Amino acid sequence: MGNRFFNRNIISIADLTREDMEQILEVAAELKHTPRPGLLQGKVIASCFFEASTRTRLSFETAVQRLGGTLIGFADGGNTSAKKGETLADSIKIISSYTDAVVMRHPQEGAARLASEFSSAPIINGGDGSNQHPTQTLLDLFSIRECQGRLDNLKVTFVGDLKYGRTVHSLAQALIHFNAEFNFIAPDALAMPDYILQELDEKGIRWRRAESIEEVVADTDIIYMTRVQKERFDETEYKHIASNYVLTNEALKQAPAHLKVLHPLPRVDEIAVEVDQTPHAYYFEQARNGVFARQALLALILNESFDDKM
Amino acid sequence: MSNKLQVEAICQGTVIDHIPAGQGVKILDRLHLLNSEARITVGFNLPSKARGFKDIIKVEGRMFTEQEANELALFAPSATINVIDDYRVVDKFTMAIPKTLRAAFACPNSNCITHNEPVESYFYLRQKSHDIQLKCHYCEKSFSKEIVAELR
Repeated sequence: MGNRFFNRNIISIADLTREDMEQILEVAAELKHTPRPGLLQGKVIASCFFEASTRTRLSFETAVQRLGGTLIGFADGGNTSAKKGETLADSIKIISSYTDAVVMRHPQEGAARLASEFSSAPIINGGDGSNQHPTQTLLDLFSIRECQGRLDNLKVTFVGDLKYGRTVHSLAQALIHFNAEFNFIAPDALAMPDYILQELDEKGIRWRRAESIEEVVADTDIIYMTRVQKERFDETEYKHIASNYVLTNEALKQAPAHLKVLHPLPRVDEIAVEVDQTPHAYYFEQARNGVFARQALLALILNESFDDKM
Repeated sequence: MSNKLQVEAICQGTVIDHIPAGQGVKILDRLHLLNSEARITVGFNLPSKARGFKDIIKVEGRMFTEQEANELALFAPSATINVIDDYRVVDKFTMAIPKTLRAAFACPNSNCITHNEPVESYFYLRQKSHDIQLKCHYCEKSFSKEIVAELR
């Protein structure tokens, strides 16, 4: 397998072609099926979380350890020299000189792109402010492919906060490569942004707005739930609208057998706990898949000839 | 007195012609022309065959840098630049919107990393119907040229 990922930065989903994504997902599937604990042997990975995160950090760190690599780093920016006023550019120059790759999350947009311009080691973006979180998108794609057996021509329904959710934007943009069809279910104040809708139109992707999950559930392959945050509404308004964006067994009555429900987590109450017991629930497996998607990226970035090592 | 417009010819410098009427003031401001010691002649709302009215700016003893020409292109993509030497036009070119723009404007996104790091702003430009969109290379947010140009 030709490895075009060797020493490459992973900053934005927009940098990846369809072939790139397919290769990463292929390797993730291989690693899920057959663990290869020596792929990062002798490699030191920096895990730099200038902003705290639970799932992303732990799954990255698990991925490194499962592949036999070792870690240095920090779990929040509070104790680093950034606090003393050091620029990110300087921090990254130094950290990258110690390590073979740098995984980073930062509260400001553009941080990962900037870091990649000062780093001597490849940068993997674990989230930069409200901008990008490419590994989340890759694990979403991996989960969709795994549960549907394909990525092409799927009907995907996004529910909840479609305005501020970067995972929703990136996933919709990634699925453009696979000719998806979309339903968007969101309060008016949290609707999908126009620039995304324009992009879908330009690429000839079919989409529609829907009022409720029931309206579209019979003709959907994937429901991608997100949380409508209480803070964005006043209390009575929230009570009034929130129930439209909650997934229950009742709402899934007409669902086809192969329909799966995804959610980037954490969940609060937008997916009723009763749904966990149905065969439609896939969000916990999705979270677990984060480890394999990240293993695939790390393995590809850090092994020049990927297939030779077993 | 003849009807011909009298604007003094310049010996050496630059004439920006065919500026859409109303944009001339913005260009003076953007390029800090009034803060320099250059002798400047301006004309606003002059008759123009092509568009009815136009603005014109003549700057003596000064050539524009590529950066300034790029900024100019954003505000007056239809303008022409005439380079004058010894009272003659020695070079003449029309503006084209550049593909990228470096260090011209600060990113309007206040949470963009560029504001507190040792890098210059960098935008990708894209014509979108009647607007020009600038997309920040770093934070990946897109802005209309009007928004970007208000900040410096």
